[in-house]
Amino acid sequence: MTEPVLRLDALRKNFGGLVVTDHVTFDVAPGELHAVIGPNGAGKTTLINQISGLLAPDAGRIVFAGRDITALPMHTRAQLGLARSFQITSILPAFSALENVALAVQARTGSSFRFFGRAAREEALNEPAMAALAAVDLADRGDVAAGQLSHGEKRALELAIALAMEPRLLLLDEPMAGTGHEEAERLVAVLRRLKGRFPMVLVEHDMTAVFALADRISVLIYGRIIASGAPDVVRSDPQVIAAYLGDEME
Amino acid sequence: MLYGPAPASPAETAGRVPARDVAPVVIFLAFALVPLAAAAAAETYLLSLFTRVMIFAIAALALDLVVGYGALVSFGHAAFVGLGAYAVGILAAHGINEVLVSLPVALAVAAAFAFVTGIVCLRTKGVYFIMITLAFGQMAYFTASSLAPYGGDDGLTIRLRNTLLGLDVLRNERAFYYVAFTCLLGAYLLCRALVASRFGRVFRGARENPTRMQAIGFEVYRYQLAGYVISGALGGLSGFLLANATEFVSPAYMSWQRSGELIIMVIFGGLGTLHGAIIGTAAFLLVEEWLSGLTEHWKVIFGPLLVLVVVFARGGLIGVAERLTRRLRRD
Repeated sequence: MTEPVLRLDALRKNFGGLVVTDHVTFDVAPGELHAVIGPNGAGKTTLINQISGLLAPDAGRIVFAGRDITALPMHTRAQLGLARSFQITSILPAFSALENVALAVQARTGSSFRFFGRAAREEALNEPAMAALAAVDLADRGDVAAGQLSHGEKRALELAIALAMEPRLLLLDEPMAGTGHEEAERLVAVLRRLKGRFPMVLVEHDMTAVFALADRISVLIYGRIIASGAPDVVRSDPQVIAAYLGDEME
Repeated sequence: MLYGPAPASPAETAGRVPARDVAPVVIFLAFALVPLAAAAAAETYLLSLFTRVMIFAIAALALDLVVGYGALVSFGHAAFVGLGAYAVGILAAHGINEVLVSLPVALAVAAAFAFVTGIVCLRTKGVYFIMITLAFGQMAYFTASSLAPYGGDDGLTIRLRNTLLGLDVLRNERAFYYVAFTCLLGAYLLCRALVASRFGRVFRGARENPTRMQAIGFEVYRYQLAGYVISGALGGLSGFLLANATEFVSPAYMSWQRSGELIIMVIFGGLGTLHGAIIGTAAFLLVEEWLSGLTEHWKVIFGPLLVLVVVFARGGLIGVAERLTRRLRRD
């Protein structure tokens, strides 16, 4: 078997007396879209935060691209190719959509300790940024201040920022959160295009989207993975149906 | 509609001097013409008044760089001015009057203080950042007050202004005015270039959303520290000029009141615009000068006036001017 892109080894995290990540072992194979589902409060975002470096785990190991990154800060993990989107939209509202993405390009190309020369006119930054915007159908919205975009467009912009990092792994924390039916369909179409190009960890509540996209699904409940496998296997797992899918699928 | 048509880009409306450049051009033209007006009116005090305005405008610019573009509200910026001034004063006390020595030393001392204190201050945020920069500012103030060999509380008189390669270029008031003018113009252009550069983009991004910046791979702390050091060095430049202009150095240059005045100047003019800091400084010092000529109780008028500006003129004087021009264009 090929080396996984990401491997979590018995990861554990407590908030006070509450166990939010309970011995989670989990991996993502190259090119794989691995979805994480579970009820609210299951610890999905906490898990993403530990992988991306926003939170430090209490125990366990995170191995990314063959390297132990458990102790590395968030910005170093990002430089290694770990890109994430946030459940609650996290963009630079006063910057144009293009600048939001161009900053992500800037982070991986050349030094940012350049004090002269207008960054906004650097084609080497703008061209890849435009390509990333085009990949999420935002090509004609580059000049708009990110804060002025519609909610669905902001969600797409988050994706574009992550893509512009040319990541080795995408961590998507509920990319469809808060979007309407039509917007969600567009985002699913975008994700389908990206699938295979990047390995992804997808946390999502939209079960139609998850079952349509995922190669593998892990079910997280009270911080523990209770089932993991192909979509069909997970769908018919009695434990999963009892704990989670039962009321979701009806 | 999710994906509407793009609005007209700013580039499409270009072709003449961009509206945002009009105000800075007018400001610097006005400063350039002050010596002529002063000569015509035979009012030499105008020259020294506006020299003072430009010197403090450099310090206000330095502050606007970190407050307006980095949301780093420094309440100790007068310390950088004071350190630059003391560098000149102490060197002069030892007989060193050469600009090529005192200017680099003034910049380096202020930058070094910004670097060392910035390492500590930038680990904190919000109110804590304000308090800790205030604390370091006061530390510099009390250190200067206790420098007995250099005048202590009373300050230090500089017998001769600095010379450039032995030439007495700063002696002439009008020449000094244009030196200060050149420094202000240089500082302004430097800040504008910085803000638009790759560095400036990261620095501004860190104000907007530091978590997002870290998530795309920037260690924002390093960029904030660099910005703080540049700002400190500009404060040192202001201090270098101030010491030469007044031929005197005093701990009062570093007092927290001075730091507060700098913040008021920046807010008065309009945060995060650079030229707003210059306008704010001019407005602050000129109104202060005018009111103090009217009555000795001028602070009773000046205080409420500042409150009114902050409450009613959102975005400072620049913000008011922008709203007015927009309204005029609509009519």
